Amino acid sequence: MKRVAQIALPGPFRRENWSSPLRGPWLTSVLGAVLLAGIPVVAVTGLLSYAAYEPSLGRNNLIGDPGLLDFYVFSWPTSPSWLYALTQGLHVTIGIALVPIVLVKLWSAMPKLFEWPPLRSPAHALERASLALLVSSTLFQFATGIFNAQLYYPWKFSFLSAHFYGALVFIAAFVLHAALKLPTMRRSLRERRLLDELRRGLDDTKPETGVSALIPAAPSAPTISRRGVLGLTGGASLGLLVLSAGQSVGGPLREIALLAPHGRDLGNGPNDFQVNKTARSLGITPAQTGDRWRLRVTDGATRPLELSRAQLLALPQHTYELPIACVEGWSTTQTWSGVRLRDLAALAGAESFDELLVESLQEAGSFRRATLSPGQVRDRRSLLALRVNGADLSPDHGFPARIVVPALPGVHCTKWVSRLEFKATRA
Amino acid sequence: MRLRRAYGDGPLHLLSHVTALALAAYAFTRIFAGGQPWNVVLWFVGAVILHDLVAFPLYTGLNRLALGRRMRSVNHVRVPALLSALSFLVFFPLILGLGDGRYERATTLSQDVYLGRWLLLSGALFAASALLYAVRARRR
Repeated sequence: MKRVAQIALPGPFRRENWSSPLRGPWLTSVLGAVLLAGIPVVAVTGLLSYAAYEPSLGRNNLIGDPGLLDFYVFSWPTSPSWLYALTQGLHVTIGIALVPIVLVKLWSAMPKLFEWPPLRSPAHALERASLALLVSSTLFQFATGIFNAQLYYPWKFSFLSAHFYGALVFIAAFVLHAALKLPTMRRSLRERRLLDELRRGLDDTKPETGVSALIPAAPSAPTISRRGVLGLTGGASLGLLVLSAGQSVGGPLREIALLAPHGRDLGNGPNDFQVNKTARSLGITPAQTGDRWRLRVTDGATRPLELSRAQLLALPQHTYELPIACVEGWSTTQTWSGVRLRDLAALAGAESFDELLVESLQEAGSFRRATLSPGQVRDRRSLLALRVNGADLSPDHGFPARIVVPALPGVHCTKWVSRLEFKATRA
Repeated sequence: MRLRRAYGDGPLHLLSHVTALALAAYAFTRIFAGGQPWNVVLWFVGAVILHDLVAFPLYTGLNRLALGRRMRSVNHVRVPALLSALSFLVFFPLILGLGDGRYERATTLSQDVYLGRWLLLSGALFAASALLYAVRARRR
């Protein structure tokens, strides 16, 4: 061991080469404390999103055998109707806003990567392995999530399963790291008061004191104050929040979301709101959705009812203001009118059913069908929507008919519905 | 005590690490089961290499370059540059129009606006910084 410690070390392994006077356990701990508050929000809302897909129903589960992880899946509620818009909006928006905090935190702890000797003991080896996993899974989760929200898939694996199980790697490594470092963090935070630090300008910015591998052995003169770094990091985070929150909050804020994929104004018409997957991109033709279109409704046992759009419009119509909330974090609230799903169940003679299988005209794609729970079907606001904002649905919004259910993830609000089967899976 | 000497820490340390690593290993088997295991490994390992051994030395180097010029105004360049780079990092797939037209097919909208918006945003950041510099220089 001694000999290893004495050899001449290349650049980054030499402590005196890390000269930033700002690095130190206090700064790292402040950033760590912010992440300790923010990361659980992103992690929990992410796990909730999995539950919101009701993976135990029908073929809703798209990540393969859920294995041990189905334990927390509960029946996803329909109230409040904005529940999924909130949880998924938080997941994506807070996730994006944490990017600068994560990057500066990594910068602040970087000397640790080049520790020498690299392995002091088996305990140290395990610690470094779990840290490598933490850094790697953090970058992986942030990159895949952010790319997915921009419909960019430069990889070959399945996003859904990799982002879900990647989260498990990340959560395991994060919880371990937080537990291990909590005492250090609390001790370091007591070293300086945040408010005092925010009053200090460049001239009063001195290196941290104490014993820590993060404190530079040979600090250079500061070129920015500690409050400058914190302000820049916080400001960057706030800036990203402003650049993306509007696509979830909607209203006038949407247009402030300059760089967000769904932050754009589409016009003032009844159907001028955000589209996710156009009719054309999924091969839906006017011939399929024209006068010959019929909705087949069945309880699985008797011959299906066939209803034309005119017949559906002759049934009692109901109107509700409900959000469409996408897994990519954006949402939009519109006024939908159509037939209640529970009325259609009664019409099909389905007295007791365990799930509703909804099928689309769409022939390809993971979401050409979705299964809804009895609770989702029985909510009075759950509609087979035929109209939106007083006009017929446009082809891109699912004409002739689409599902709109409160708090249901957007991709399960199936468009171009062709068939409804109220199934009794338990005899 | 014998454990502490051989292992380097207490039993709780050992148990918590083994638990976390086992859980992570399980999660990896599940990701691999979804197909393309080598591509998954490439992304996990590549992300670390890209950050630690490419991005970090790159921005540190650029920073040293900026500091080497001993400008008193260095933060008036560094701050807008960092914010511009950060917004690019987060939104570059849209800005560069990547994704094989998937965005346009999904949303009916053209992706072209984002490059202009990002350039305008970056320009505004640098302009605001320059303005602040001018105001400060006059006061001195």
